[in-house]
Amino acid sequence: MMKDHARLMQAFSAVDEIVGRKKLQKIIFIAKKHNYAFHEKYQFHFFGPYSEELTLRVEELCNMGFLKEFNEKKSGYYQYRYEITDEGRDFLASQTEAPSAELEPFLTDLNKQSSRFLELVSTILYFDTLEEAECIEKVKKVKEKQNYTEEEFQEALSYIAHLKNFS
Amino acid sequence: MTTYALQKLAEEKVFKDPVHRYIHVRDQVIWDLVGTREFQRLRRIRQLGTTYLTFHGAEHSRFNHSLGVYEIIRRIVDDVFASRPEWDHSERLLCLCAALLHDLGHGPFSHSFEKVFDLDHEHFTQEIILGHTEVNRVLTKVAPDFPQKVADVIAKTYENKQVISLISSQIDADRMDYLQRDAYFTGVSYGHFDMERILRVLRPLDDQVVIKSSGMHAVEDYIMSRYQMYWQVYFHPVTRSSEVILTKILHRAKELSAQGYQFAYEPRHFKSMFTGNVTLKDYLNLDESVVTYYFQMWEDEKDPILRDLCDRFMQRRLFKYVEFDPSKEYKKLNQLEQLFKEAELDPDYYLVVDSSSDLPYDFYRPGEEEERVPIHLLMPGGEIKELSRQSEIVDAISGKRRTDHKLYYPKDCLLDDSSHKETKQKILGILGVTER
Repeated sequence: MMKDHARLMQAFSAVDEIVGRKKLQKIIFIAKKHNYAFHEKYQFHFFGPYSEELTLRVEELCNMGFLKEFNEKKSGYYQYRYEITDEGRDFLASQTEAPSAELEPFLTDLNKQSSRFLELVSTILYFDTLEEAECIEKVKKVKEKQNYTEEEFQEALSYIAHLKNFS
Repeated sequence: MTTYALQKLAEEKVFKDPVHRYIHVRDQVIWDLVGTREFQRLRRIRQLGTTYLTFHGAEHSRFNHSLGVYEIIRRIVDDVFASRPEWDHSERLLCLCAALLHDLGHGPFSHSFEKVFDLDHEHFTQEIILGHTEVNRVLTKVAPDFPQKVADVIAKTYENKQVISLISSQIDADRMDYLQRDAYFTGVSYGHFDMERILRVLRPLDDQVVIKSSGMHAVEDYIMSRYQMYWQVYFHPVTRSSEVILTKILHRAKELSAQGYQFAYEPRHFKSMFTGNVTLKDYLNLDESVVTYYFQMWEDEKDPILRDLCDRFMQRRLFKYVEFDPSKEYKKLNQLEQLFKEAELDPDYYLVVDSSSDLPYDFYRPGEEEERVPIHLLMPGGEIKELSRQSEIVDAISGKRRTDHKLYYPKDCLLDDSSHKETKQKILGILGVTER
């Protein structure tokens, strides 16, 4: 019961804190794409893959007091930071289902990347049924405003290859 | 584009509709799409799933709603945007087709099916539009790349964001139709707003669709309608109970199949769902008539859980509920699970926490990172302002999430003291159920 909430708590626990809502969205999407057991449904939004369900569930976890959300001002813009509370740790301890051993290093690696980069990685993965050239063309079209460079695309493709080492 | 794209019917066809009065069709393409087997299938998929068990009028289908969304878009592109230079008129047919087909991939009782069988109706919408289907054949006659364009608009990956905003945004044709239609068919007095006014003040601008500030009060009304419909209709606790039972039936059938259980009535239509290899053909063969037929058959199955759950669904013997605060009471769950096992009630099927949350309107303010595109007002001087900055009513409910958790259980079983009387009394005590 409340397994989907517990899985998200395991993700937060694995990385201690996640800074930025966009980053959180992309981390869970990329983990889900690599068959980690997250069930939040994603759709394509203006900033790439986005899950309304994830937004709702995180809000619920905050309301339950298991997660703490901080809204912090950072040089001209606001960002959200999430941390597990003591009640959240108690809740996690009461769960019988343990996360897979690879989850922690996988999420930690993702969490080190910038949200702009994860936006690109997740968008490429969103269109991964297309051929590589077609996929890049598509991402360039839907992410026109982000002005991603060729280097960033190459970096993202190498990073996607690197993520395969975890599974 | 071929001449087919521009072909008009010799005479306009109209569908009588309780929400929009008439739905007008002049384009041959639209008429042909309505006639396809994939679109006709939507007649057999209810718009509101199991809500008919709470509001008996809610028998309307996704077919009705899809035509409604089409009609709203038709009025926008043919009437409101017709004289607007900011609007690309060559997108007209694309908008109409995307509006008509936006829900094409919905399956029977979508919410529960998607959860249990890990399906995604949007994926099937894409497959129907791009695969070997009657819909694809009609769209391909317009232009070879036309099916892909329609699929992209519905998937929100089309390059013209104005087109996407019309079909899918915080104030779009989809929501404007379903709020009014669901209010009409459920019989509730919420869900009404001045759509005529909203349509008149919509304006295409850059990569979005904005609303003239003079229409702000109509938009306030729309947002409040949405808020009320969510809590009065969509999240109604009795409907949630029926969804809980439906989900558990599907879980049980899947579990039994995995165990090699011999069904007295072979679930042929479910085979690929159970194994996770669902083809488009399998998916399209399943509608709500087929599903309820199986449920009726399974009322006579020898597995007591499947039999009981199906009987509950078909005869509307739903689970009761108590309010549940997960932050304070999650430890109770382990205790309850144990007691349910002692009482020989499998907690995997008979004890369920269900959560509902809604955000009536979410906004984005410059400098904040968010994913939802807000509703923008076009001010008299040409300036653009975010809705909640101008409307006190919207500001009061913006970004405010309401969450509700309930614990569902079979009260009738717990009140049956012919077995495990003491354990059941304990359970009822923990649940705080006093009346019999």
